[in-house]
Amino acid sequence: MSVLIFLDQSAGHIKKNSLEAASYGSKLAEQLGTDAEGVVLAGNLSEDLAALGGYGLKRIHHLKNIALDQFDSQAFTHLVAGTAVSTGATVIVLSNNFNGKALAPRLSVKLEAGLVAGAIALPVTDKGFVVKKSVFSGKAFANVAIHTDKKIISLNANAFPVSKGEGTAEVIETAVASVNTGVTVTAAEQVTGEVPLSEAEIVVSGGRGLKGPENWGIVTDLAKALGAATACSRPVSDSDWRPHHEHVGQTGLTIAPNLYIAIGISGAIQHLAGVNRSKTIVVINKDPEAPFFKAADYGIVGDAFDVVPKITAAVKQLKGNA
Amino acid sequence: MKILVCISKTPDTTAKITFTDNNTKFAETGVQFILNPYDEWYALVRAIELKEADPSAVLHLIHVGGPDADPIIRKALALGGDEAFRVNSTEPDAFFVASQIAAIARENSYDLIFTGKETIDYNGASLGGMVAELLGLPYISLATKFTLDGSRAIVNREMEGGEETDEAALPLVVSCQKGVAEQRIPNIRGIMGARAKPLKVTEPVAATVFTAIESFELPPAKAGVKLVSPDDPGELVRLLHEEAKVI
Repeated sequence: MSVLIFLDQSAGHIKKNSLEAASYGSKLAEQLGTDAEGVVLAGNLSEDLAALGGYGLKRIHHLKNIALDQFDSQAFTHLVAGTAVSTGATVIVLSNNFNGKALAPRLSVKLEAGLVAGAIALPVTDKGFVVKKSVFSGKAFANVAIHTDKKIISLNANAFPVSKGEGTAEVIETAVASVNTGVTVTAAEQVTGEVPLSEAEIVVSGGRGLKGPENWGIVTDLAKALGAATACSRPVSDSDWRPHHEHVGQTGLTIAPNLYIAIGISGAIQHLAGVNRSKTIVVINKDPEAPFFKAADYGIVGDAFDVVPKITAAVKQLKGNA
Repeated sequence: MKILVCISKTPDTTAKITFTDNNTKFAETGVQFILNPYDEWYALVRAIELKEADPSAVLHLIHVGGPDADPIIRKALALGGDEAFRVNSTEPDAFFVASQIAAIARENSYDLIFTGKETIDYNGASLGGMVAELLGLPYISLATKFTLDGSRAIVNREMEGGEETDEAALPLVVSCQKGVAEQRIPNIRGIMGARAKPLKVTEPVAATVFTAIESFELPPAKAGVKLVSPDDPGELVRLLHEEAKVI
């Protein structure tokens, strides 16, 4: 009996969402009176795996093969399930991120382990095993009981804080054979040097109210001052003012940052479905009737071109003094 | 080429979400149900496009649910597709539903199985991966582009801050999202034709249920927006720093 956390990596580093999963899994292990272990599938890593003991992981299993630098749901399922069996893990925790969404359901079948996808809190384990998850596109929560002996939890991004203390994990490196599943990655295009939207704690987002891509400077300036990622509404990405991967909303990315600042976005229900789990929402819109104000914590009714640069200046001043 | 598209029934995007029976059931009264948008706009439309490019292709649709889903299945058939299966059952959890779809898929040996990226009600994003594992097939999730080159698929898949391009042999399971296709509106000819298309109702196979929803909750109501004067944007920054403590 232990809790096994799947640590997703990119370019040799463990993803932030997986550190959240590690923190969650360690807390859960404590709650169940057992150990938390990690499993990472990759070739060479620049991450210091032993230092991940700081997140509460007792042991980390590094299954090593250069082919594993590229994710494949079938190959990863085979290897993670093998580790779950060999470690005697009864609960597997992973991030509900892009790879997690492909891996978790396969593991559920392979291990005959009930899956709660999109958990937002630690399970209640005094009577059974009940996990709270987000449903109806952020409009409600469901408490889901897992009835199988083995359990799988995929954790929503930014739903559980990363907690790091002291500690060193025992690292067990095992060379594994590659698994050919007929899928090969032929190209990867990744925006580097910016905060990935899916991992960002602060997001500054622009809508049609900004009138055109040439006006995006006020959004990116504020994002830069805050160390935030930038996002946009659907009409903006549909008009190619901004890249498609910045689109948040029902058909785009679903995010839940600590702070979401919406500039010139009216707040259609489809947009809210992608952002309504954000902890604090700020809306800046010149139309006082914009529906987004109903979902906001703070708002400014005013001209974005006038207001936003002033906010940016105030943020810079705050950071300068901090 | 044989293609299967998994379709689900969900409350309309704008539906008011409330619960009954001591918060254990979604209150369906007065709620309009629709074809799950990701299944309809992306998975189904892309499959229809593949059939248009290769008229010898066979396109099946599958839904697991009760007879109240038949109008939604007919709507899907009005968009396209040759015939539909409905496994006459409740949908206790994703594994049960995946088991039903895998059973039909085993009988028909599909080259491609498409799902939407998730349903807009339970947001599990689990079905495609479960079906793939049950069938021992590769699975590419969250596709933003799908093309065929002979018997190989070229699929763009979203990842953190970017995209990757995968090449995969068929048979293959793919979950589809925005980018894969553009929404279509069924035309009168499609709607008339859909009435004559076979909708085969089958009984479920035995399958385990792994999970059960015990109760629902609504998020706590927002306290209401605190408006800051446009003449004093610095006040907003102060509130975010001192009150909300998010910057």
